[in-house]
Amino acid sequence: MSDVYIVGIDMIRFGRFPDRTVPSLAAESALLALDDCGLSIKDMQALYCGNLGQAAGMVGQRMLGEIGQTGIPVTNVANACATGATAFRDAWMSIKAGIYDTVMAVGVEQMGKGLLGGGNRGPSSEGLIGSGTMPAMFSQIGMEHARRYGTTFDQFARISVKNHWHSTMNAKSMYRKETPLDEVLGAEMIAWPNTKLMCSVNVDGSAAAVLVSEKKMKQLGLQDRAIKVRASEMSSNPFAEREMAMPDFSAATRVAAKNAYEQAGVGPEDINLVELHDCFATAEMVHYENLALCKDGEAGKLIDDGETQLGGRIPVNVSGGLLSKGHPLGATGIANIYEVSTHLRAEAGDRQVQGARMGLTHVVGGGPGMGTACAIHILEKA
Amino acid sequence: MSDQKTLSPPLKPFVKRDDQGKPYLAGTKCTSCNHIYVGERTICANCYARDKMTPHRLAQTGTLYVYTIIHRSFPGINTPFIDVIVDLDDGAHIKGCLEGVAPDPEQIEFGLPVKVAFYERAPVNMPDTPHLTYVFEPLAPNDKDQSQ
Repeated sequence: MSDVYIVGIDMIRFGRFPDRTVPSLAAESALLALDDCGLSIKDMQALYCGNLGQAAGMVGQRMLGEIGQTGIPVTNVANACATGATAFRDAWMSIKAGIYDTVMAVGVEQMGKGLLGGGNRGPSSEGLIGSGTMPAMFSQIGMEHARRYGTTFDQFARISVKNHWHSTMNAKSMYRKETPLDEVLGAEMIAWPNTKLMCSVNVDGSAAAVLVSEKKMKQLGLQDRAIKVRASEMSSNPFAEREMAMPDFSAATRVAAKNAYEQAGVGPEDINLVELHDCFATAEMVHYENLALCKDGEAGKLIDDGETQLGGRIPVNVSGGLLSKGHPLGATGIANIYEVSTHLRAEAGDRQVQGARMGLTHVVGGGPGMGTACAIHILEKA
Repeated sequence: MSDQKTLSPPLKPFVKRDDQGKPYLAGTKCTSCNHIYVGERTICANCYARDKMTPHRLAQTGTLYVYTIIHRSFPGINTPFIDVIVDLDDGAHIKGCLEGVAPDPEQIEFGLPVKVAFYERAPVNMPDTPHLTYVFEPLAPNDKDQSQ
């Protein structure tokens, strides 16, 4: 099986574009990714398009309608917060399988403002049988960490301080404003212990990648900026004791992480930077341990010691993360891959992780009573 | 029959009334791996056994596993309220609201003993139709015997 390389990858600056269409947002990053490697839509043999909000809307075909109807196979993908990464992995698999040499993956989302969650038919149980909001789910996960290890409000908040600081160095981030600790702690409480500044930002956005086989990469002479996909893994939620009451995002992440490290033949100590799924500050805390960046119970210390900030031992979410860069559900998975690729290419400017050779991306999503989708990629400078 | 007609509908299918009209939480037990589920099931998600599930009336007492205090919810919902995950004494796990405790992290303890209490309340999207539902309340020292 051929190794698979990213040769073109880019994203639009995340923001709010209520007057745009979903396909037009997708088209913009698709063209940026093509320009990044000097290829044309004519060169693409297949398209995998991730979008959640219009999952039944054939977004991939409509995007080609805007930039070139070449007649290639289009697969539209929806998989919660792992949607973009799932499209990317499908593109990777199609090259691994030897079907294609040159494939595009796009992730795109257009979102309204406000709370996510709920949405069941029939009588609403909101406020009567707890809460079905996303903040409720992810706050419970943080409180489980607090119960086990005594993790504090301040420690959770410091994750948000870090990611907002990182975003000041990223021109593609929705917000680029520092938020000191007292500002994070004093922001509107949404669901204890997550204040508004500890919740990810609902934004519009898109990101796209061009993946090629090793043979094609050499043929095109694109070695210099190529990124090798060392591992691509996915998982769903294995049975967890309390999953019917509180969705489990940790078990799925641990399964995918273990398999990804094995597939790449590396360990967490070989990783130079991580873009992980900080949909809430509490989520980033538990994923430090789920991704084995530290031992179980040491995540609070990791943030206290500054090990996950730019300049630390293992910088996490130097893009600003979902907390500040924004979280357009279907685009997030490819945007994370863009961020890591940019560092591996040594093109990340002020926020560059010096000497980065290998990075890891992680997304995980789901909902109450639904289940979990997790995707992890390990990338290396070719 | 006329009594039957005036009974409020359950908010969730697993909130049931027995023959005497007494409310309870309905669950299912896997006789193969002993996992207890809230609500009805036919196949075990844990051990994959089929045809091993039997109806089970869930315990009325348990302990608070984790909580969060909801300050922002959907329009029309009164906040703050306490959202809890409770480990029932029979091993089931269930989400709900905790009442009778101030919505303040200083006042809420992991492991707090709680009991299930039933009420009729109207969902936000059906304000004129009370539904049978449940909450958790702190367990008083003499509650445990009465609830069995």
